[in-house]
Amino acid sequence: MSLRLVGNIPAAIGVLDLQGGVHEHLEHLERLGVAYKRVKQVGDFTNLAGLIIPGGESSCISRLLNFFGIKDVLLESHRRGMKIWGTCAGAILLARKVVGETACLNLINITVERNGFGSQLDSFVSEAILPDVAAEPIPLTFIRAPKIIDAGPDVKILLKIDDYIAAAENKSVLVTVFHPELTGCLALHRYFSSKCGLNPAISGNNYIDPLWKNSSWTKYAGI
Amino acid sequence: MDAKRYELNVQLAQMLKGGVIMDVTNVEQAKIAEEAGAVAVMALERVPADIRKDGGVARMSDPSMIAAIKKSVTIPVMAKARIGHFVEAQILEALRIDYIDESEVLTPADEECHIDKTKFSIPFVCGARNLGEALRRIAEGAAMIRTKGEAGTGNVVEAVRHMRTMNREIRQLIQMPVEEVTGFAKANGIPYELALKVKELGRLPVVNFAAGGIATPADAALMMQLGCDGIFVGSGIFKSADPAKRARAIVKATAYFNDPQKVLEASMDLGEAMPGLEISQIPPEQILAGRGW
Repeated sequence: MSLRLVGNIPAAIGVLDLQGGVHEHLEHLERLGVAYKRVKQVGDFTNLAGLIIPGGESSCISRLLNFFGIKDVLLESHRRGMKIWGTCAGAILLARKVVGETACLNLINITVERNGFGSQLDSFVSEAILPDVAAEPIPLTFIRAPKIIDAGPDVKILLKIDDYIAAAENKSVLVTVFHPELTGCLALHRYFSSKCGLNPAISGNNYIDPLWKNSSWTKYAGI
Repeated sequence: MDAKRYELNVQLAQMLKGGVIMDVTNVEQAKIAEEAGAVAVMALERVPADIRKDGGVARMSDPSMIAAIKKSVTIPVMAKARIGHFVEAQILEALRIDYIDESEVLTPADEECHIDKTKFSIPFVCGARNLGEALRRIAEGAAMIRTKGEAGTGNVVEAVRHMRTMNREIRQLIQMPVEEVTGFAKANGIPYELALKVKELGRLPVVNFAAGGIATPADAALMMQLGCDGIFVGSGIFKSADPAKRARAIVKATAYFNDPQKVLEASMDLGEAMPGLEISQIPPEQILAGRGW
Protein backbone atom coordinates (compact mmCIF):
# COMPACT_ATOMS: atom_id res chain seq x y z
CA MET A 1 0.00 0.00 0.00
CA SER A 2 1.39 3.36 -0.89
CA LEU A 3 1.47 6.32 1.43
CA ARG A 4 -0.75 9.19 0.49
CA LEU A 5 -0.53 12.72 1.75
CA VAL A 6 -3.86 14.18 2.66
CA GLY A 7 -4.87 17.73 3.38
CA ASN A 8 -3.27 19.23 0.31
CA ILE A 9 -6.41 19.41 -1.75
CA PRO A 10 -6.51 22.87 -3.33
CA ALA A 11 -9.37 24.52 -1.53
CA ALA A 12 -9.10 28.26 -1.85
CA ILE A 13 -9.40 30.94 -4.49
CA GLY A 14 -6.67 33.56 -4.42
CA VAL A 15 -6.94 37.18 -5.50
CA LEU A 16 -3.73 38.57 -6.96
CA ASP A 17 -2.99 41.45 -4.61
CA LEU A 18 -0.52 43.61 -6.53
CA GLN A 19 -2.67 46.55 -7.63
CA GLY A 20 -6.30 47.30 -8.48
CA GLY A 21 -9.70 46.01 -7.43
CA VAL A 22 -8.53 43.41 -4.91
CA HIS A 23 -10.90 44.17 -2.02
CA GLU A 24 -13.91 44.02 -4.30
CA HIS A 25 -13.19 40.42 -5.32
CA LEU A 26 -12.36 39.34 -1.76
CA GLU A 27 -15.70 40.77 -0.70
CA HIS A 28 -17.60 38.75 -3.34
CA LEU A 29 -15.82 35.51 -2.43
CA GLU A 30 -16.65 36.06 1.24
CA ARG A 31 -20.28 36.73 0.31
CA LEU A 32 -20.31 33.49 -1.66
CA GLY A 33 -18.84 31.47 1.21
CA VAL A 34 -15.76 30.32 -0.71
CA ALA A 35 -12.37 30.07 1.01
CA TYR A 36 -10.16 32.85 -0.29
CA LYS A 37 -6.85 34.57 0.29
CA ARG A 38 -4.74 37.44 -0.92
CA VAL A 39 -1.87 36.41 -3.18
CA LYS A 40 1.12 38.69 -3.10
CA GLN A 41 4.23 36.57 -2.50
CA VAL A 42 5.66 33.53 -4.27
CA GLY A 43 4.73 31.42 -1.22
CA ASP A 44 1.06 32.39 -1.41
CA PHE A 45 0.46 30.17 -4.45
CA THR A 46 0.37 26.88 -2.54
CA ASN A 47 -2.97 25.11 -2.45
CA LEU A 48 -4.83 27.43 -4.77
CA ALA A 49 -7.66 25.97 -6.82
CA GLY A 50 -8.05 29.24 -8.62
CA LEU A 51 -6.66 32.73 -8.95
CA ILE A 52 -8.46 35.96 -9.82
CA ILE A 53 -6.44 38.67 -11.54
CA PRO A 54 -8.43 41.81 -10.76
CA GLY A 55 -9.05 44.97 -12.70
CA GLY A 56 -6.50 47.72 -12.35
CA GLU A 57 -3.90 48.99 -14.77
CA SER A 58 -2.54 46.07 -16.79
CA SER A 59 0.73 47.87 -17.54
CA CYS A 60 1.32 48.31 -13.80
CA ILE A 61 0.34 44.76 -12.82
CA SER A 62 2.49 43.28 -15.61
CA ARG A 63 5.55 45.15 -14.26
CA LEU A 64 4.82 43.99 -10.71
CA LEU A 65 4.44 40.39 -11.93
CA ASN A 66 7.98 40.58 -13.27
CA PHE A 67 9.68 42.47 -10.43
CA PHE A 68 9.62 39.74 -7.77
CA GLY A 69 9.29 36.46 -9.68
CA ILE A 70 5.52 36.18 -9.30
CA LYS A 71 4.98 35.55 -13.01
CA ASP A 72 6.98 32.31 -13.07
CA VAL A 73 5.25 30.79 -10.08
CA LEU A 74 1.87 31.86 -11.46
CA LEU A 75 2.58 30.09 -14.75
CA GLU A 76 3.88 27.03 -12.90
CA SER A 77 0.75 26.89 -10.72
CA HIS A 78 -1.39 27.13 -13.84
CA ARG A 79 0.50 24.20 -15.39
CA ARG A 80 -0.29 22.21 -12.25
CA GLY A 81 -4.01 22.85 -12.63
CA MET A 82 -4.77 26.20 -11.01
CA LYS A 83 -7.62 27.94 -12.84
CA ILE A 84 -7.42 31.67 -13.54
CA TRP A 85 -10.04 34.37 -14.05
CA GLY A 86 -9.04 37.79 -15.30
CA THR A 87 -11.39 40.78 -15.09
CA CYS A 88 -10.63 43.82 -17.27
CA ALA A 89 -6.88 44.36 -16.77
CA GLY A 90 -6.66 40.69 -15.78
CA ALA A 91 -8.12 39.70 -19.16
CA ILE A 92 -5.47 41.78 -20.93
CA LEU A 93 -2.70 40.07 -18.96
CA LEU A 94 -4.03 36.59 -19.82
CA ALA A 95 -4.41 37.22 -23.58
CA ARG A 96 -2.23 35.68 -26.25
CA LYS A 97 -2.17 38.92 -28.23
CA VAL A 98 -2.51 42.54 -27.16
CA VAL A 99 -2.82 45.09 -29.98
CA GLY A 100 0.34 47.19 -30.16
CA GLU A 101 2.01 45.56 -27.17
CA THR A 102 3.79 42.43 -26.03
CA ALA A 103 1.50 39.89 -24.38
CA CYS A 104 2.13 39.06 -20.72
CA LEU A 105 0.89 35.60 -19.65
CA ASN A 106 -0.37 34.17 -22.94
CA LEU A 107 -2.79 31.66 -21.40
CA ILE A 108 -5.87 32.11 -23.58
CA ASN A 109 -6.05 32.38 -27.33
CA ILE A 110 -7.66 35.80 -27.64
CA THR A 111 -6.65 39.16 -29.08
CA VAL A 112 -7.33 42.15 -26.85
CA GLU A 113 -7.41 45.83 -27.61
CA ARG A 114 -6.62 47.89 -24.52
CA ASN A 115 -8.90 50.75 -23.61
CA GLY A 116 -11.23 49.83 -26.45
CA PHE A 117 -13.99 52.37 -25.75
CA GLY A 118 -12.14 55.62 -25.05
CA SER A 119 -11.72 57.71 -21.91
CA GLN A 120 -13.50 57.53 -18.55
CA LEU A 121 -16.35 59.54 -20.09
CA ASP A 122 -17.02 56.47 -22.26
CA SER A 123 -17.26 54.06 -19.29
CA PHE A 124 -20.77 52.64 -19.01
CA VAL A 125 -23.12 50.06 -17.52
CA SER A 126 -25.48 47.68 -19.28
CA GLU A 127 -26.78 44.15 -18.80
CA ALA A 128 -26.91 40.91 -20.75
CA ILE A 129 -27.74 37.24 -20.42
CA LEU A 130 -24.80 34.83 -20.39
CA PRO A 131 -26.64 31.51 -20.94
CA ASP A 132 -23.75 29.39 -19.65
CA VAL A 133 -23.49 31.39 -16.43
CA ALA A 134 -27.02 32.29 -15.33
CA ALA A 135 -30.56 32.41 -16.65
CA GLU A 136 -31.14 35.98 -15.47
CA PRO A 137 -29.53 39.05 -17.02
CA ILE A 138 -26.21 40.01 -15.46
CA PRO A 139 -25.35 43.69 -14.78
CA LEU A 140 -22.21 44.70 -16.67
CA THR A 141 -19.86 47.49 -15.62
CA PHE A 142 -17.31 48.64 -18.20
CA ILE A 143 -14.58 50.99 -16.92
CA ARG A 144 -12.04 52.07 -19.52
CA ALA A 145 -12.58 48.51 -20.64
CA PRO A 146 -10.61 46.53 -23.21
CA LYS A 147 -12.28 44.78 -26.14
CA ILE A 148 -11.64 41.18 -27.06
CA ILE A 149 -11.57 41.47 -30.84
CA ASP A 150 -10.70 37.90 -31.78
CA ALA A 151 -10.75 34.41 -30.26
CA GLY A 152 -9.22 31.13 -31.42
CA PRO A 153 -11.19 27.91 -32.08
CA ASP A 154 -10.22 26.50 -28.67
CA VAL A 155 -11.95 29.42 -26.93
CA LYS A 156 -15.60 29.37 -25.97
CA ILE A 157 -17.34 32.72 -26.29
CA LEU A 158 -19.65 33.42 -23.34
CA LEU A 159 -20.81 36.87 -24.38
CA LYS A 160 -20.54 38.82 -27.59
CA ILE A 161 -21.81 42.39 -27.88
CA ASP A 162 -21.76 44.29 -31.20
CA ASP A 163 -18.28 43.85 -32.66
CA TYR A 164 -16.46 42.59 -29.60
CA ILE A 165 -16.35 39.67 -27.17
CA ALA A 166 -16.97 40.59 -23.53
CA ALA A 167 -16.55 37.19 -21.85
CA ALA A 168 -14.83 33.97 -22.93
CA GLU A 169 -13.09 30.91 -21.55
CA ASN A 170 -10.98 27.90 -22.32
CA LYS A 171 -10.45 24.84 -20.13
CA SER A 172 -8.44 26.64 -17.47
CA VAL A 173 -8.90 30.37 -18.03
CA LEU A 174 -11.93 32.67 -17.82
CA VAL A 175 -11.84 36.29 -19.02
CA THR A 176 -14.36 39.11 -18.66
CA VAL A 177 -13.74 42.67 -19.82
CA PHE A 178 -16.42 43.95 -17.43
CA HIS A 179 -16.37 44.02 -13.61
CA PRO A 180 -18.81 41.66 -11.80
CA GLU A 181 -17.04 42.59 -8.55
CA LEU A 182 -18.37 46.15 -8.92
CA THR A 183 -22.00 44.99 -8.90
CA GLY A 184 -24.04 42.93 -6.44
CA CYS A 185 -24.03 40.03 -8.90
CA LEU A 186 -22.32 36.86 -7.65
CA ALA A 187 -23.09 34.72 -10.72
CA LEU A 188 -19.63 34.91 -12.29
CA HIS A 189 -17.85 34.31 -8.99
CA ARG A 190 -20.07 31.27 -8.53
CA TYR A 191 -19.33 30.16 -12.09
CA PHE A 192 -15.58 30.52 -11.57
CA SER A 193 -15.77 28.66 -8.23
CA SER A 194 -17.40 25.72 -10.03
CA LYS A 195 -14.72 25.88 -12.72
CA CYS A 196 -12.20 25.53 -9.88
CA GLY A 197 -14.06 22.51 -8.52
CA LEU A 198 -15.26 24.35 -5.42
CA ASN A 199 -18.81 24.46 -4.17
CA PRO A 200 -19.86 27.79 -2.71
CA ALA A 201 -21.37 27.41 0.77
CA ILE A 202 -24.15 29.81 -0.16
CA SER A 203 -26.47 28.29 -2.73
CA GLY A 204 -27.61 30.40 -5.53
CA ASN A 205 -31.14 31.67 -5.61
CA ASN A 206 -30.19 35.29 -5.11
CA TYR A 207 -28.12 35.95 -8.16
CA ILE A 208 -27.88 39.58 -7.12
CA ASP A 209 -27.13 39.95 -3.42
CA PRO A 210 -29.53 42.55 -2.01
CA LEU A 211 -27.13 43.25 0.86
CA TRP A 212 -24.33 44.34 -1.46
CA LYS A 213 -23.62 48.07 -1.63
CA ASN A 214 -21.19 50.01 -3.76
CA SER A 215 -19.26 50.75 -0.57
CA SER A 216 -19.03 47.09 0.53
CA TRP A 217 -15.37 46.93 -0.54
CA THR A 218 -14.35 49.42 2.16
CA LYS A 219 -14.61 46.70 4.81
CA TYR A 220 -11.50 45.11 3.31
CA ALA A 221 -9.48 48.31 2.96
CA GLY A 222 -7.51 50.35 5.48
CA ILE A 223 -8.89 53.44 7.16
CA MET B 1 -23.78 63.88 -13.07
CA ASP B 2 -26.35 61.17 -12.36
CA ALA B 3 -25.85 58.65 -9.56
CA LYS B 4 -24.72 55.89 -11.92
CA ARG B 5 -22.06 58.11 -13.53
CA TYR B 6 -20.81 59.12 -10.11
CA GLU B 7 -20.59 55.47 -9.07
CA LEU B 8 -18.57 54.67 -12.23
CA ASN B 9 -16.23 57.55 -11.40
CA VAL B 10 -15.69 56.34 -7.84
CA GLN B 11 -15.10 52.87 -9.26
CA LEU B 12 -12.38 54.05 -11.66
CA ALA B 13 -10.52 55.38 -8.62
CA GLN B 14 -11.06 51.99 -6.94
CA MET B 15 -9.22 50.40 -9.87
CA LEU B 16 -6.23 52.68 -9.19
CA LYS B 17 -5.83 51.42 -5.61
CA GLY B 18 -2.35 50.29 -4.66
CA GLY B 19 -0.87 52.28 -7.51
CA VAL B 20 1.22 55.38 -8.12
CA ILE B 21 0.06 58.44 -10.08
CA MET B 22 2.94 60.49 -11.43
CA ASP B 23 3.25 64.14 -12.45
CA VAL B 24 4.61 64.47 -15.98
CA THR B 25 5.31 67.57 -18.04
CA ASN B 26 5.87 66.10 -21.51
CA VAL B 27 5.41 63.01 -23.67
CA GLU B 28 8.85 61.62 -22.85
CA GLN B 29 8.18 61.74 -19.10
CA ALA B 30 4.72 60.25 -19.59
CA LYS B 31 6.28 57.27 -21.36
CA ILE B 32 8.87 56.84 -18.60
CA ALA B 33 6.06 56.88 -16.01
CA GLU B 34 3.99 54.31 -17.90
CA GLU B 35 7.00 52.09 -18.46
CA ALA B 36 7.79 52.21 -14.74
CA GLY B 37 4.29 50.99 -13.88
CA ALA B 38 2.37 54.18 -13.02
CA VAL B 39 -1.42 53.64 -12.85
CA ALA B 40 -2.07 57.14 -14.22
CA VAL B 41 -0.24 60.32 -15.12
CA MET B 42 -0.99 63.89 -14.09
CA ALA B 43 -0.23 66.10 -17.09
CA LEU B 44 0.96 69.59 -16.16
CA GLU B 45 3.32 72.25 -17.50
CA ARG B 46 5.50 72.58 -14.42
CA VAL B 47 5.89 70.22 -11.48
CA PRO B 48 5.00 71.79 -8.09
CA ALA B 49 8.69 72.36 -7.16
CA ASP B 50 9.06 74.62 -10.22
CA ILE B 51 5.72 76.35 -9.66
CA ARG B 52 6.95 77.13 -6.16
CA LYS B 53 10.27 78.43 -7.49
CA ASP B 54 8.86 80.48 -10.36
CA GLY B 55 6.06 82.14 -8.40
CA GLY B 56 3.40 84.08 -10.33
CA VAL B 57 -0.02 82.72 -11.23
CA ALA B 58 -0.14 79.00 -12.01
CA ARG B 59 -3.02 78.08 -14.36
CA MET B 60 -4.38 75.03 -16.14
CA SER B 61 -1.77 73.65 -18.58
CA ASP B 62 -1.88 74.20 -22.32
CA PRO B 63 -4.54 71.74 -23.59
CA SER B 64 -2.40 70.82 -26.60
CA MET B 65 0.33 69.59 -24.24
CA ILE B 66 -2.23 67.54 -22.28
CA ALA B 67 -3.64 66.17 -25.56
CA ALA B 68 -0.16 65.10 -26.69
CA ILE B 69 0.41 63.24 -23.42
CA LYS B 70 -3.03 61.61 -23.65
CA LYS B 71 -2.14 60.36 -27.12
CA SER B 72 1.18 58.92 -25.98
CA VAL B 73 0.01 56.60 -23.17
CA THR B 74 -2.77 54.05 -22.57
CA ILE B 75 -3.06 54.61 -18.81
CA PRO B 76 -5.54 57.22 -17.47
CA VAL B 77 -4.57 60.87 -17.85
CA MET B 78 -5.42 63.45 -15.21
CA ALA B 79 -4.93 67.21 -15.34
CA LYS B 80 -5.29 70.09 -12.91
CA ALA B 81 -7.83 72.90 -12.86
CA ARG B 82 -7.60 75.84 -10.45
CA ILE B 83 -9.79 75.71 -7.35
CA GLY B 84 -13.15 77.18 -8.31
CA HIS B 85 -12.25 77.58 -11.99
CA PHE B 86 -15.16 75.67 -13.48
CA VAL B 87 -14.39 76.81 -17.02
CA GLU B 88 -10.92 75.25 -16.90
CA ALA B 89 -12.75 72.11 -15.75
CA GLN B 90 -15.19 72.42 -18.67
CA ILE B 91 -12.23 72.63 -21.05
CA LEU B 92 -10.60 69.55 -19.53
CA GLU B 93 -13.89 67.67 -19.78
CA ALA B 94 -14.20 68.70 -23.43
CA LEU B 95 -10.66 67.38 -23.93
CA ARG B 96 -11.99 64.00 -22.64
CA ILE B 97 -9.20 63.26 -20.23
CA ASP B 98 -9.98 60.72 -17.50
CA TYR B 99 -9.86 62.70 -14.23
CA ILE B 100 -9.64 66.35 -13.13
CA ASP B 101 -7.63 67.40 -10.07
CA GLU B 102 -9.11 70.57 -8.59
CA SER B 103 -5.77 71.50 -7.15
CA GLU B 104 -4.29 73.88 -4.62
CA VAL B 105 -0.98 73.56 -6.50
CA LEU B 106 -2.44 76.02 -9.04
CA THR B 107 -3.39 79.54 -7.98
CA PRO B 108 -7.01 79.50 -6.78
CA ALA B 109 -9.51 81.25 -9.07
CA ASP B 110 -12.14 81.53 -6.33
CA GLU B 111 -11.45 82.00 -2.64
CA GLU B 112 -15.02 81.20 -1.60
CA CYS B 113 -16.33 78.45 -3.84
CA HIS B 114 -14.92 75.20 -5.07
CA ILE B 115 -16.23 73.83 -8.37
CA ASP B 116 -19.73 72.35 -8.31
CA LYS B 117 -18.52 68.98 -9.47
CA THR B 118 -22.02 67.49 -9.67
CA LYS B 119 -22.51 69.46 -12.90
CA PHE B 120 -19.85 67.39 -14.67
CA SER B 121 -19.71 63.85 -16.04
CA ILE B 122 -15.94 63.67 -15.69
CA PRO B 123 -14.60 62.60 -12.27
CA PHE B 124 -12.76 64.93 -9.89
CA VAL B 125 -10.10 64.32 -7.26
CA CYS B 126 -9.65 67.00 -4.58
CA GLY B 127 -7.12 67.64 -1.85
CA ALA B 128 -7.92 67.62 1.88
CA ARG B 129 -6.09 68.22 5.15
CA ASN B 130 -8.70 66.67 7.40
CA LEU B 131 -11.94 64.74 7.41
CA GLY B 132 -14.19 67.80 7.19
CA GLU B 133 -12.39 69.10 4.11
CA ALA B 134 -12.52 65.66 2.46
CA LEU B 135 -16.25 65.29 3.11
CA ARG B 136 -17.05 68.84 1.91
CA ARG B 137 -15.34 67.99 -1.38
CA ILE B 138 -17.23 64.69 -1.60
CA ALA B 139 -20.48 66.58 -0.94
CA GLU B 140 -19.57 68.84 -3.89
CA GLY B 141 -19.16 65.76 -6.09
CA ALA B 142 -15.51 64.69 -5.77
CA ALA B 143 -15.14 60.97 -6.61
CA MET B 144 -11.69 60.62 -5.07
CA ILE B 145 -9.71 62.37 -2.32
CA ARG B 146 -6.01 62.93 -1.77
CA THR B 147 -4.26 64.32 1.25
CA LYS B 148 -2.81 67.70 0.32
CA GLY B 149 0.57 67.34 1.96
CA GLU B 150 2.80 70.21 0.89
CA ALA B 151 3.49 69.84 -2.83
CA GLY B 152 6.89 70.57 -4.30
CA THR B 153 8.81 70.27 -1.04
CA GLY B 154 10.05 66.67 -1.11
CA ASN B 155 9.10 66.74 2.57
CA VAL B 156 6.56 64.13 3.64
CA VAL B 157 5.74 65.71 7.01
CA GLU B 158 2.58 67.51 5.90
CA ALA B 159 1.19 64.45 4.09
CA VAL B 160 1.71 62.49 7.30
CA ARG B 161 0.03 65.21 9.33
CA HIS B 162 -3.00 65.28 7.04
CA MET B 163 -3.35 61.50 6.93
CA ARG B 164 -3.02 61.17 10.70
CA THR B 165 -5.55 63.96 11.23
CA MET B 166 -8.03 62.24 8.96
CA ASN B 167 -7.49 58.88 10.66
CA ARG B 168 -7.87 60.43 14.12
CA GLU B 169 -11.12 62.14 13.19
CA ILE B 170 -12.48 58.95 11.63
CA ARG B 171 -11.65 57.02 14.81
CA GLN B 172 -13.41 59.67 16.92
CA LEU B 173 -16.45 59.41 14.73
CA ILE B 174 -16.50 55.60 14.93
CA GLN B 175 -16.38 55.68 18.70
CA MET B 176 -18.85 58.43 19.49
CA PRO B 177 -22.53 57.74 20.23
CA VAL B 178 -24.74 58.77 17.36
CA GLU B 179 -26.26 61.72 19.23
CA GLU B 180 -22.82 63.35 19.36
CA VAL B 181 -22.40 63.17 15.58
CA THR B 182 -24.50 66.29 14.96
CA GLY B 183 -22.20 68.42 17.11
CA PHE B 184 -19.06 66.85 15.68
CA ALA B 185 -20.35 67.44 12.15
CA LYS B 186 -21.17 71.06 12.97
CA ALA B 187 -17.81 71.75 14.61
CA ASN B 188 -15.87 70.24 11.71
CA GLY B 189 -18.03 71.57 8.88
CA ILE B 190 -19.04 68.07 7.82
CA PRO B 191 -22.33 67.33 6.04
CA TYR B 192 -24.26 65.24 8.58
CA GLU B 193 -25.22 62.36 6.26
CA LEU B 194 -21.60 61.91 5.20
CA ALA B 195 -20.48 61.91 8.84
CA LEU B 196 -22.92 59.04 9.47
CA LYS B 197 -21.65 57.25 6.38
CA VAL B 198 -18.03 57.47 7.55
CA LYS B 199 -19.10 56.27 11.00
CA GLU B 200 -20.81 53.27 9.42
CA LEU B 201 -17.96 52.38 7.04
CA GLY B 202 -15.07 53.23 9.36
CA ARG B 203 -13.31 55.08 6.55
CA LEU B 204 -13.88 57.53 3.71
CA PRO B 205 -16.53 56.29 1.28
CA VAL B 206 -14.19 56.94 -1.67
CA VAL B 207 -10.58 56.13 -2.47
CA ASN B 208 -8.02 58.30 -0.67
CA PHE B 209 -4.49 58.69 -2.05
CA ALA B 210 -1.56 60.43 -0.35
CA ALA B 211 0.06 63.41 -2.05
CA GLY B 212 2.37 66.32 -1.40
CA GLY B 213 6.01 65.70 -0.50
CA ILE B 214 6.52 62.02 -1.30
CA ALA B 215 10.08 61.62 -2.61
CA THR B 216 11.33 58.12 -1.75
CA PRO B 217 10.08 54.51 -1.77
CA ALA B 218 10.10 54.70 2.04
CA ASP B 219 7.85 57.78 1.96
CA ALA B 220 5.39 55.91 -0.26
CA ALA B 221 5.37 52.83 1.98
CA LEU B 222 4.95 55.08 5.04
CA MET B 223 1.83 56.67 3.62
CA MET B 224 0.45 53.27 2.59
CA GLN B 225 1.02 51.90 6.10
CA LEU B 226 -0.81 54.92 7.48
CA GLY B 227 -3.80 53.64 5.55
CA CYS B 228 -4.03 55.53 2.27
CA ASP B 229 -5.11 53.66 -0.87
CA GLY B 230 -2.35 54.78 -3.24
CA ILE B 231 0.22 57.47 -3.95
CA PHE B 232 0.61 60.65 -5.98
CA VAL B 233 4.20 61.63 -6.70
CA GLY B 234 4.67 65.12 -8.07
CA SER B 235 8.13 66.59 -8.21
CA GLY B 236 9.68 63.56 -6.44
CA ILE B 237 10.37 61.60 -9.61
CA PHE B 238 11.41 64.01 -12.34
CA LYS B 239 13.39 66.24 -9.94
CA SER B 240 15.52 63.28 -8.87
CA ALA B 241 18.81 62.06 -10.38
CA ASP B 242 17.41 58.93 -12.07
CA PRO B 243 13.66 59.35 -12.70
CA ALA B 244 13.05 55.98 -14.42
CA LYS B 245 14.70 54.04 -11.63
CA ARG B 246 13.06 56.04 -8.84
CA ALA B 247 9.64 55.76 -10.49
CA ARG B 248 9.96 51.97 -10.65
CA ALA B 249 11.19 51.85 -7.04
CA ILE B 250 8.21 53.84 -5.77
CA VAL B 251 5.82 51.55 -7.69
CA LYS B 252 7.44 48.52 -6.02
CA ALA B 253 7.39 50.06 -2.55
CA THR B 254 3.75 51.09 -2.91
CA ALA B 255 2.67 47.57 -3.90
CA TYR B 256 4.79 45.90 -1.19
CA PHE B 257 4.44 48.61 1.47
CA ASN B 258 4.11 46.02 4.24
CA ASP B 259 7.22 44.07 3.27
CA PRO B 260 10.39 45.80 4.59
CA GLN B 261 12.67 43.42 2.67
CA LYS B 262 11.14 44.48 -0.66
CA VAL B 263 11.03 48.16 0.27
CA LEU B 264 14.72 47.80 1.16
CA GLU B 265 15.47 46.27 -2.25
CA ALA B 266 13.51 49.05 -3.92
CA SER B 267 15.47 51.70 -2.02
CA MET B 268 18.94 50.60 -3.20
CA ASP B 269 21.09 52.67 -5.59
CA LEU B 270 18.53 55.25 -6.62
CA GLY B 271 20.89 58.22 -6.80
CA GLU B 272 19.99 61.62 -5.40
CA ALA B 273 16.40 62.26 -4.33
CA MET B 274 14.91 65.67 -5.11
CA PRO B 275 16.23 68.45 -2.84
CA GLY B 276 13.96 68.87 0.17
CA LEU B 277 12.44 71.96 1.73
CA GLU B 278 11.96 72.51 5.46
CA ILE B 279 8.33 73.60 5.93
CA SER B 280 9.25 76.27 8.52
CA GLN B 281 11.51 77.92 5.92
CA ILE B 282 8.57 78.51 3.57
CA PRO B 283 6.88 81.93 3.96
CA PRO B 284 3.30 81.34 5.19
CA GLU B 285 1.76 82.91 2.07
CA GLN B 286 3.56 80.30 -0.03
CA ILE B 287 2.06 77.31 1.79
CA LEU B 288 -0.07 75.58 -0.85
CA ALA B 289 -2.10 73.38 1.52
CA GLY B 290 -3.80 76.47 2.95
CA ARG B 291 -5.52 77.15 -0.38
CA GLY B 292 -9.12 75.98 -0.48
CA TRP B 293 -11.03 75.24 2.73
